[in-house]
Amino acid sequence: MLKPKVCVLRTAGTNCDKETAAAFKLVGATPELWHINSLLEKKRCLDNFQILALPGGFSYGDDIASGKLFANELKFKLAKELQEFICQGKLIIGICNGFQILVKSGFLPGNSELKQNVSLITNDSGKFEDRWVYLKASGKSVWTKDISQIIYLPVAHGEGKFILEDKSLLNKLEQNGQIVFKYCTALGEPARYPDNPNGSTQGIAGITDVTGRILGLMPHPERHIFSRQHPRHENLKGKKFGQGLAIFKNGVEYSIRTS
Amino acid sequence: MWYKIEVVDKSGIFDALGQSVKRGILGLGIKNVKQVKFIQVYNLLGSVTLEEVKSICENLLSDKVAQVYRILGVANKASFGSNAHLVEVAYNPGVMDPVEASVLKGIQDLGISGVTAVKTAKKYIISGKLSAAQLKTISEKLLYNKLIQHVVDPQISQGFLGHLPEYNFKLIIVELLSATSRRLLEISKQGQLFLNLNEMRQIQSHFRKLKRNPTDCELETLAQTWSEHCYHKTFRGNIAYQERQAVPALGNLAIKNLLKTTIMKVTKELNKSWCVSVFKDNSGIIKFDAKNNICFKVETHNHPSALEPFGGANTGIGGVIRDAMGTGLGAQPILNSDVFCFAPPDLAFNKVPRGSLHPKRVMQGVVSGVGDYGNKMGIPTVNGAILFHEHFVSNPLVYCGTVGIIPKDKSFKQTDPGDLVVVIGGATGRDGIHGATFSSGELTHESETVSSGAVQIGNPIQEKKVLDTLLAARDLNLYSALTDCGAGGLSSAVGEMGAALGAKVYLDKVPLKYSGLTYMEIWISESQERMVLSVPVKNIDKLVKLFAHENVQATVIGEFTATKRLELYYEDNLVCDLAMRFLHDGLPRIVKKAVYIQSKHREPKILLKKDYSVDLLKLLSHYDICSKEWVIRQYDHEVQGGSIIKPLVGLTNDGPSDASVTKPLFDSDKGIVIANGINFRFGFIDPYWMAASCIDEVVRQIISVGGSLEEVAILDNFCWGNPDKPDRLGGLVRAAFGCYAAAKAYGLPFISGKDSFYNEFNLHGKSTSIPGTLLISAISVMPDVNQALSMYAKAVGNLIYLVGNTRDELGGSHYYDLYQALGNVVPRVYFKEALASFQALSRATKKGLIKAVHDCSDGGLAVAISEMIFSGDLGAEIFLREAPYLSDNPRNDSLLFSESNSRFVVEVEKNKQKEFEKALKGRPFGLVGYLTQSKDLKVYGLDGKICINVATSKLKETWRAPLKW
Repeated sequence: MLKPKVCVLRTAGTNCDKETAAAFKLVGATPELWHINSLLEKKRCLDNFQILALPGGFSYGDDIASGKLFANELKFKLAKELQEFICQGKLIIGICNGFQILVKSGFLPGNSELKQNVSLITNDSGKFEDRWVYLKASGKSVWTKDISQIIYLPVAHGEGKFILEDKSLLNKLEQNGQIVFKYCTALGEPARYPDNPNGSTQGIAGITDVTGRILGLMPHPERHIFSRQHPRHENLKGKKFGQGLAIFKNGVEYSIRTS
Repeated sequence: MWYKIEVVDKSGIFDALGQSVKRGILGLGIKNVKQVKFIQVYNLLGSVTLEEVKSICENLLSDKVAQVYRILGVANKASFGSNAHLVEVAYNPGVMDPVEASVLKGIQDLGISGVTAVKTAKKYIISGKLSAAQLKTISEKLLYNKLIQHVVDPQISQGFLGHLPEYNFKLIIVELLSATSRRLLEISKQGQLFLNLNEMRQIQSHFRKLKRNPTDCELETLAQTWSEHCYHKTFRGNIAYQERQAVPALGNLAIKNLLKTTIMKVTKELNKSWCVSVFKDNSGIIKFDAKNNICFKVETHNHPSALEPFGGANTGIGGVIRDAMGTGLGAQPILNSDVFCFAPPDLAFNKVPRGSLHPKRVMQGVVSGVGDYGNKMGIPTVNGAILFHEHFVSNPLVYCGTVGIIPKDKSFKQTDPGDLVVVIGGATGRDGIHGATFSSGELTHESETVSSGAVQIGNPIQEKKVLDTLLAARDLNLYSALTDCGAGGLSSAVGEMGAALGAKVYLDKVPLKYSGLTYMEIWISESQERMVLSVPVKNIDKLVKLFAHENVQATVIGEFTATKRLELYYEDNLVCDLAMRFLHDGLPRIVKKAVYIQSKHREPKILLKKDYSVDLLKLLSHYDICSKEWVIRQYDHEVQGGSIIKPLVGLTNDGPSDASVTKPLFDSDKGIVIANGINFRFGFIDPYWMAASCIDEVVRQIISVGGSLEEVAILDNFCWGNPDKPDRLGGLVRAAFGCYAAAKAYGLPFISGKDSFYNEFNLHGKSTSIPGTLLISAISVMPDVNQALSMYAKAVGNLIYLVGNTRDELGGSHYYDLYQALGNVVPRVYFKEALASFQALSRATKKGLIKAVHDCSDGGLAVAISEMIFSGDLGAEIFLREAPYLSDNPRNDSLLFSESNSRFVVEVEKNKQKEFEKALKGRPFGLVGYLTQSKDLKVYGLDGKICINVATSKLKETWRAPLKW
């Protein structure tokens, strides 16, 4: 069985690349860190990968708006190769800044013209916040397969409020099963601040494209791959892995099954 | 063509930034503001068509889901109605705005090439009936800082200044040989050299021997290198010390080099095998595991933060991160620690001296400055502290620390003659000029104008790019040494690296942000995000290419030589030629006077009471003690995935952690514990015991999270007043000796340190010093992070112990502070007794006998227990009679609130009671109570009667309220 290869794409200001790679490695993939400049020089190298990961950070300082400059780089310099990558049935995950990039480049929720129709804007609190949140999985994505209980992950962002162009799009995303994570309370009920840390519409924390193969989410699953990363890990003695690991496992297992 | 573009949120989108400003205005007491609307402004200059500008707006500058844009001509007199006020804020010329470069890059990515310059601005439309004076207050207090920004006058087009003037070389010689003493001092003052007469005379006689006058550049280089900031004249100089009535008495001393007599002496005497590099490099290095070492450095950035809090703190943390990057052959930064001292954030405006910013604004600016840089660099901020006192009003303290991890074989550096001098990272501008010398003098109300060049804003992404590429170059062994460009800029970096060899630098080769800089400005500019490497000639092409690939500039500006001279050229003209020996060893040794007289403070007369619930609540809402969650949440403390004991712990992640535990490597369970000890209040009574208490505090915190004393290294960081004043220096000497005593007793070597003097504020000729403040930062290796403990109460029925003796030591306590008194009986440290307790407790933790430990510090026993139970959402019944208490005059309040050192509150399961008590045998401890289902704190006094009874939720609310902004 071949180990799926993951391209962890980074640029100036990316800062969760190493832990994202570590998470993929832990579930049996072979991650490689690639700088965008290298990929733009050798675009066809993307063909060697089964999964593309856009990690968290502050690409180009999040100047102008979070993820905007990196999104434009993908959209205006690499769109063809990326669309091919997607058409081949391969996977993409964007975490935090990666989610912002996927949204602002139009890959999520996705349409053929790469037209941006949702956004992630400044938190209602007006500031960057780091806190742990409860998430309820729903919808259809290969990345969230069998995640049935509430999972607990940290968020750390200043621009994570999910909004949509219009209400009909929300219904469409609901119907298509494209809304895959919502912030909730510890008991799984709809969340208000601070359980919904940014004021996102309907508490939306993560979405997928229509195929379920491109995932974007604000919380950081790569920061909870071991149980000792849990804020109250002392009560979890005996458990080794954290609740974010299933997402990476799903992606890698899907790649193995389909390759 | 000039286009002005405004981007604004669509109606219906919540304008979070506008709302924040509105809250700020209400906080100023201006109530009739209805709404604040925020508008982002971009000015574009270049030959582009309107179509292209539209494309830029649609594809780059605006988010079409959330925002709309409009393109304005140069004239911009749009009307917003009679009760709407417009304030547009832009950066002053020469102030670096990283967004400008990003916009230019984004435009190029769109395939549009005609834009030559970008300027950003922020516009606020404030609705509501406001007087001109109110508008001015809002602008000045909230919206801009005149040192770096200005309000754009809508009548005058100010978007772009014309081209900056070119620089035509002219060598400047300073007439020194014939100068009288008075003239020497004038030269020092006019040049902002901050050199005293002795030093100026030394320079004069050096040049008399050479039979020539110095150039301005030579004089500056000497001033930078000899500055207190770079040379640590006070700590390394001679001191004649006298004292009266102090315990323990140090006697009258003739001290040769205070640093070597106290701080460094501990390290030498302890001679720990795991100390790898101490007091030599940019940070101190200790062993981590078989392959890696770790390094730690804590810096201060007080004066810049006083003038421009965001920029000062921003570049403070940026600088200390570069210290880690510049250690050995380059360490990977893995965590940050930040400690601040401010005046109380609710200080009346009329108590803020002219020329100073209000403490709330200072605090908000500092916190966002640190958050911005640390978060963007991807370094978790896992530890810190914030304290408050009115005397920090014009001179806040901003301590920033960084820990790095470095392979064992990359821990040392060596420059060889012939290696090239290479500057990497940001370009050089006029920013930060005179930072080193500026921090070596007192602040005055004129500082904001005289020294505004010392203020700058950082560019964390530039530094992140440097970090990414630097570590790649390190692993390919492409360079032989490096250091960061901090205070003094190139002058310090090159001067230091070439100290034993010699160096030749061609200043016209240094990449500039804009034209017009003189050779001297290039040499001493403190522009951020730059580092200097020494690179063997054979590697240079490979190195430049490696950096260029990730858009980092690397430029050869000279070479290291074997001449033992510092030679600087500008376009083939020799502008500086100094002997390295004179530069580094020529500083005249003088004897400073130090006097310490134990002062007498008012002892408050506090009547005995039946109930201390109110006092406890007052303490919980004391600014020093209350929750700092508002601050902590703005820092990413999870990035890199290694955070094990986080700064906020407990059932709902909002309790106050003692120390942090971080696991830096994915494939190893070894951890790093970081703790800090700071307590200026004890220093008012006796700096000796303040220092000892700070060291005791870091040890307590380390033990509390499950650590041990096996491998603990510490850093000293003194922020003091003017050391030329004997009383200030007297206190410093006592503090240094306190450091020696405690560190020696506990076996903790110092590995690095820092001092910041002249933290005084001069107003109308009267000088006020900050409280002499010592920060002790500790780093410790934890063999297995699975041993780590958090401080919150875990389960009903578990037993609560108090470990360590309480004494009637209320001097400098927060309890006395409620009565505006200091008292005189400061907590001491009983080293032998304490060490035995620490060791016993640490053994008990290792055996798994303990569920939680909390350090007993600010606010004493009552506060410590409160914090444990409200973090675990439980109750407790506590019986004071059971506490180990050494007193001639036992009182409930003493026992509840005394801040005696070396104490812990410990939670133990019932079935571990015997084993725990056995482990603690012979140590002072008492079983003082247990955790209850009923969620309240009930404390029974020495007479057995209830003396505190408060609901847990009330304790928590009270503790969370003060800084819940």
